[in-house]
Amino acid sequence: MLKLDNVTKVYKVGAFGGKVFAAVDGVSFDVQAGEVVSLIGESGSGKSTIGKMILGLASITGGSITVDGVPVKPGKDYYRHVQGVFQDPFSCYNPVFKADRVFRMIKEAYYPQVGEKEWDERVRSTVRDVRLDPDQVLGRYPHQLSGGQLQRLLIARALLLDLKLLVADEITSMLDASTRIDVLNLLAELKERGLGVLYVTHDLSLGNYLAERTVVLRRGTVVEMGVTGKVFGNPLHPYTRQLLSAVPRLHSPWEDAAPMQTCHYHENAASGAMFEAEPGHLVACAQLDACPQ
Amino acid sequence: MSLQVDDLRVYYRTLKGDVKALDGVSFSMEDGEILGLAGESGCGKTTLGKSLIRMDGRMRHIGGTVELDGRELPIGDDRRMNDFRFREVSLIPQYSMSAMNPTRKIGRMVRELLRSRGATLDLDELESRLSLVELPHAVLDRYPIELSGGMKQRMVMVISTLLDPSLLIADEVTSALDVSTQKAVARALIGFRDAGFVKSMIFVTHDLALTSHIADTIMVMYAGKLAEKAPATAIVKKPRHPYTKLLLDSLPEVGVRYTDKRLAGIAGSPPSLLDPPAGCRFRDRCPIAGEECAQEPPMAEIEPNHFVACWKA
Amino acid sequence: MTALQEVPAQDAAAPAGVRREALYFALRNGKLLTGFGIVLALLLLGLLGPLFLSGTGSEYGTQPMQPPSAEHWFGTTTFGQDVFTQFVYGLRTTFVVGALGGGIAAVIAMLVGFVAGYRGGLVDEILNMFTNIVLVIPTLAVLLIINAYLGVRSVGAQALFIGLTSWPWAARAIRAQTFSLRTRDFVDLARLSGANTWKVITREIAPNMSSYLFMTFILLFGGSVLIASSLDFIGLGPTEGTSLGLMLQNANQWSAMQLGMWWWFIPPGAGITAIVGSLYVANVGLDEVFNPKLRET
Repeated sequence: MLKLDNVTKVYKVGAFGGKVFAAVDGVSFDVQAGEVVSLIGESGSGKSTIGKMILGLASITGGSITVDGVPVKPGKDYYRHVQGVFQDPFSCYNPVFKADRVFRMIKEAYYPQVGEKEWDERVRSTVRDVRLDPDQVLGRYPHQLSGGQLQRLLIARALLLDLKLLVADEITSMLDASTRIDVLNLLAELKERGLGVLYVTHDLSLGNYLAERTVVLRRGTVVEMGVTGKVFGNPLHPYTRQLLSAVPRLHSPWEDAAPMQTCHYHENAASGAMFEAEPGHLVACAQLDACPQ
Repeated sequence: MSLQVDDLRVYYRTLKGDVKALDGVSFSMEDGEILGLAGESGCGKTTLGKSLIRMDGRMRHIGGTVELDGRELPIGDDRRMNDFRFREVSLIPQYSMSAMNPTRKIGRMVRELLRSRGATLDLDELESRLSLVELPHAVLDRYPIELSGGMKQRMVMVISTLLDPSLLIADEVTSALDVSTQKAVARALIGFRDAGFVKSMIFVTHDLALTSHIADTIMVMYAGKLAEKAPATAIVKKPRHPYTKLLLDSLPEVGVRYTDKRLAGIAGSPPSLLDPPAGCRFRDRCPIAGEECAQEPPMAEIEPNHFVACWKA
Repeated sequence: MTALQEVPAQDAAAPAGVRREALYFALRNGKLLTGFGIVLALLLLGLLGPLFLSGTGSEYGTQPMQPPSAEHWFGTTTFGQDVFTQFVYGLRTTFVVGALGGGIAAVIAMLVGFVAGYRGGLVDEILNMFTNIVLVIPTLAVLLIINAYLGVRSVGAQALFIGLTSWPWAARAIRAQTFSLRTRDFVDLARLSGANTWKVITREIAPNMSSYLFMTFILLFGGSVLIASSLDFIGLGPTEGTSLGLMLQNANQWSAMQLGMWWWFIPPGAGITAIVGSLYVANVGLDEVFNPKLRET
């Protein structure tokens, strides 16, 4: 459904735009309906830029992004099917308005013909769908609600549309552990409804929990991608291994992966060149044996 | 015993009344101990960290005492605390990025800081400590903006421990960092303790998994009170407080998949600290709460060094 | 502050609609009511006062240098002119200059600031350059020249000129504020709801800084009043009628201070201070009305 083909994003930096900096460099992957794909990367990996490009909030320098064959085109028709939820729930709400204004905006733009009463009923049932009590959350200001409630309201907002793809950019990183998992479960339910979800995160364990497939990004390029179990169960690229080893685990001590060294093939390879290590598991390195473990 | 906190109460003054952010907290720390202070937002962990070094304008010391190395800390008296700050108690703030003056080269800033505290700079010592956290000596000739987030965090770590304080408070120092940098910073913290630069350390964080790698003892807070305090392995392997158990259960580990094992969060939300309910504060969200929970559970030592505030533990 | 949780407010019966709600709180805000009350009183005095007064205050009278009395409320000048009548007419002029000059400047500043801040890039560069050029134009020198060649001496022309030259700092302030609001996620969310640039600016960004904009207008208003006064002072003011600035100039020119004629210079000075000051107090109140967080505590 969502398809990225050799996508590139270049920023001009320096006083007169003399230097260029590629935030995203030749990224290709896809998201099918009814699956969660997690896009994993550290800061500066370009993961949020990719999310913004899919949502049409950042321009695309090269390559193509299509949803059901239609290229990204910011506007009403596109946003009817593609929506996003962002990292900071408090910054997603205009603080001078009540939180349920986000629903009002959807109605004004997309459903002006729907009657007030019917709309109200629709909002309430969608709010119930995201496991919130409409009486507790509607008619309140953003600062009167918790982060978890706000994130769920934003998911509900997207569900009011004829949604096909949801881009969830770090939506749990500002939430507490005890509420975070419920929001993740909610994303999993969306997938069961047949939506495609792109879950952008830096947290490997959350990505692993949720996603069918995983894409690991490093400095704007994909280093490893494939079925989540295979990528995490049998990480092949040295960067993925290093990341996995750095994740603190509750029941086992930190293990030390060999320090990340340059993978020569990858550094020199044309962008987007990936090698299929096993079915459903791609690595950006054709000479695995030559790579440091 | 290096730190002894007794029935500490710190409230925030707001127009709606006092927010009881810290409501009767008692614990002690041994020399050389790293104490992981964990809990969710609003549980009072940051307040506890702050009250040991510097209260902000809205915080009021209501009661209780803090003793460091046998001397009482005048935590309610901002001016008298000045003698202790940096020398006896030091802090690594969450956003070290903004803790450094952007217009000064780091070396000069360090020198000025030490002079203002009446100490002189031992350059060899400083450089050896920089090596310990794997920073090149050249950083002293750079401006803060030229350092990455992890480097800044480690630089601040070196600066704040230069006078070998007895107690170091690390407030969410790793939460803004990437996982690989996080690991390096965490290890550097342990290294500082091992080298004796700090006698003991309080590591404030919301990440239980990370704490379990650094801390000797973990203390879990809930709604302004202590819930459980035990050696790190005991907290992770045999938690006794229902809150700790549920919190641990809600953490997805690498390897746990949604399709295999569906985790659940903790229903409900913490009580308002403006007017907290009587009895156990976790009662409303607790699956095993009973009638006795209407009484406030005392902190009991159910096993050596394992303290729990729960009637059912 | 992580330790402070949000406590859900108990105002369950809050009236529907943002505007009605703002009004609800506005009517209960002392600062706002006081500030606007004073401004309104002075405005009414300026508007309606002349209907009950004879003359325009420039006629010479027979009783010079009289202190305030029942006949001459604010006393008289060295030439027997009634200070109260002058004050009332001066208020008129001052409000016109302030509103017109401040209004023109505010409109230009908002247009330039919003577009430059929201669009960024090349548009921002060009507008910013333009702003800086206007910023460094020496207002007084240019006015001297214009005055010498064109002989512009009406209140409207004075206000227009002040408006056209005093917007740059406000435009820069609005641009900076827009710049920081633009990166907030709710702007992205509005775009994801199908809002275009105009809608995002008017419905997301502007309401967020409404009190800021009002504050800007107040400062521009006050600035216009002050610039007009100084222009009057050096003899470049309107030739017909009077203004608070002209009154101050006359008082100074005829040594009112040295002669102890406090009633001559205090009313115009106090009038300017009262207008600008009470608008500022109103602004603080307005901030509380528009910002629900301030409102509750």
